[in-house]
Amino acid sequence: MKEEIIIAGFGGQGVLSMGKILAYSGVMGDMEVSWMPAYGPEMRGGTANVTVILSDERISSPILHEYDTAIILNQQSMDKFEKDVKPGGTLIYDSNGITHHPTRTDINIYRVDATEEAARMHSIKTFNMIVLGGYLKVNPVVEMKNVIAGLKKSLPERHHHLIPMNENAIARGTEIIKEVSMVE
Amino acid sequence: MRELKLMKGNEAVAEAAIRCGVDGYFGYPITPQSEIMETLMDLRPWESTGMVVLQAESEIASINMVYGGAGCGKRVMTTSSSPGVSLMQEGLTYLAGAELPCVVVNVVRGGPGLGTIQPAQSDYFQTVKGGGHGDYKLITLAPASVQEMADFVEDAFNLAFKYRNPVMILSDGVIGQMMEKVELKEFAPRWTMDYIEENHPWATTGKKKERAKNIITSVQLEASVQEAFNHKLQAKYRAVEENEVLFEEVLCDDAEYIIVAYGSSARICQKSIEIAREKGIKVGMLRPITLYPFPAEQLRKRAEQVKGMLSVEMSAGQMVEDVKLAVECKIPVEHFGRFGGSVHSPGEVVEALEQKLIGG
Repeated sequence: MKEEIIIAGFGGQGVLSMGKILAYSGVMGDMEVSWMPAYGPEMRGGTANVTVILSDERISSPILHEYDTAIILNQQSMDKFEKDVKPGGTLIYDSNGITHHPTRTDINIYRVDATEEAARMHSIKTFNMIVLGGYLKVNPVVEMKNVIAGLKKSLPERHHHLIPMNENAIARGTEIIKEVSMVE
Repeated sequence: MRELKLMKGNEAVAEAAIRCGVDGYFGYPITPQSEIMETLMDLRPWESTGMVVLQAESEIASINMVYGGAGCGKRVMTTSSSPGVSLMQEGLTYLAGAELPCVVVNVVRGGPGLGTIQPAQSDYFQTVKGGGHGDYKLITLAPASVQEMADFVEDAFNLAFKYRNPVMILSDGVIGQMMEKVELKEFAPRWTMDYIEENHPWATTGKKKERAKNIITSVQLEASVQEAFNHKLQAKYRAVEENEVLFEEVLCDDAEYIIVAYGSSARICQKSIEIAREKGIKVGMLRPITLYPFPAEQLRKRAEQVKGMLSVEMSAGQMVEDVKLAVECKIPVEHFGRFGGSVHSPGEVVEALEQKLIGG
């Protein structure tokens, strides 16, 4: 098993921490993992992305030019990464702020309207966990128990009381993700 | 049970330094390596092992604090990124001239000048060809994973004290910033004064009645004395070249082409090899782990077997010169690399291999 993922959006959306929780979930499941951020002069409102690789075998390059899955959370990232999904791969996006929806027909496309759902849940900060839940529904690369263990590992202890809220958001994500088109 | 942690290469350097019993860290923040000192400050080793962690007023101060600590036989280190390491060059040549052991980590970013904060490998020349003035060498280790970022700290100190020479860990923004699983060693105690006096009798540990003064200096005003000293240095470097070359080979035995790459480029090229092999191109990789001493002899051997070599580095072409010298122009040697903070993708490397060596 090998899954090569790019998560891309605005700085402040929790892109890097979502990748970190995913990577830690892989560690908990005894997988090989890598987490490579674009660490440029990104800031809140700028773009941010992270490449996460989960694999049963030793990982070669932490830097990739094509991905099994792209999780896209703003228009700039759509413009940049839609073309880099491998044929037959998966694109997951939040339609909030998206003016040009994905057009490829050789990949599986899913929509998870996490911004809207997070607002409805009065819990904007769990936005990224709703997205993560959606992703895990489509592609259960890591077991849910390992995701919770990963959450515990990546959150400082003083924030552990927030874990149930995050679990809840992940569960909500699994419910609201919708298939937009499927490769024929 | 072994404990696996997920951490950045920079964090791994800090953890490993404390665990292998380093006495002192002196540094000044700069992206992309600031997590090293941040992690040390978080871990507060002065409360556990007694290790000193000090933010100096500049990189120049840091490297000179290292000179002072190293002169006392202590295991001391500093870390920085390219512009900061340029500031340290005077200190490094003085350390080499005074034969002082220490470890310096350079998490390289794009230059020249203040440049960019993104990854690069364009400090190869500065590191292995001098940087500072005079005939000196830095033993140079090039980690290609977070695990190696951790492991090489202790390895570097061992080499530094074995040869009484500064050792550089030449990393880059990719290895520094990425997170991978890493297994950390158990805590080792710091050296005692008795241990230092017994094993490193050159150190300035306080003059005893039974021995003469230990003097740490790099100044020899008499030319003949300086020449004799330089012969001694050169003999040491020959011993390093004889005994300390490290490299890793990937799929070289049946290879028709060899990619030579170190650090993060070696990781990227490993994927390029997978892609190329699927296309039927027989390509392998030789990864120098020590950049000085350089695995020239192994490259020379491989040159008899392969049709060409591609040096892949995030620079405009630096290590490629050493590859060419090693193979003595017997086969074509080409360079490929993005630079200035851009990082080549595995696919771009395969295209370069096809265009520059196979198609050409």
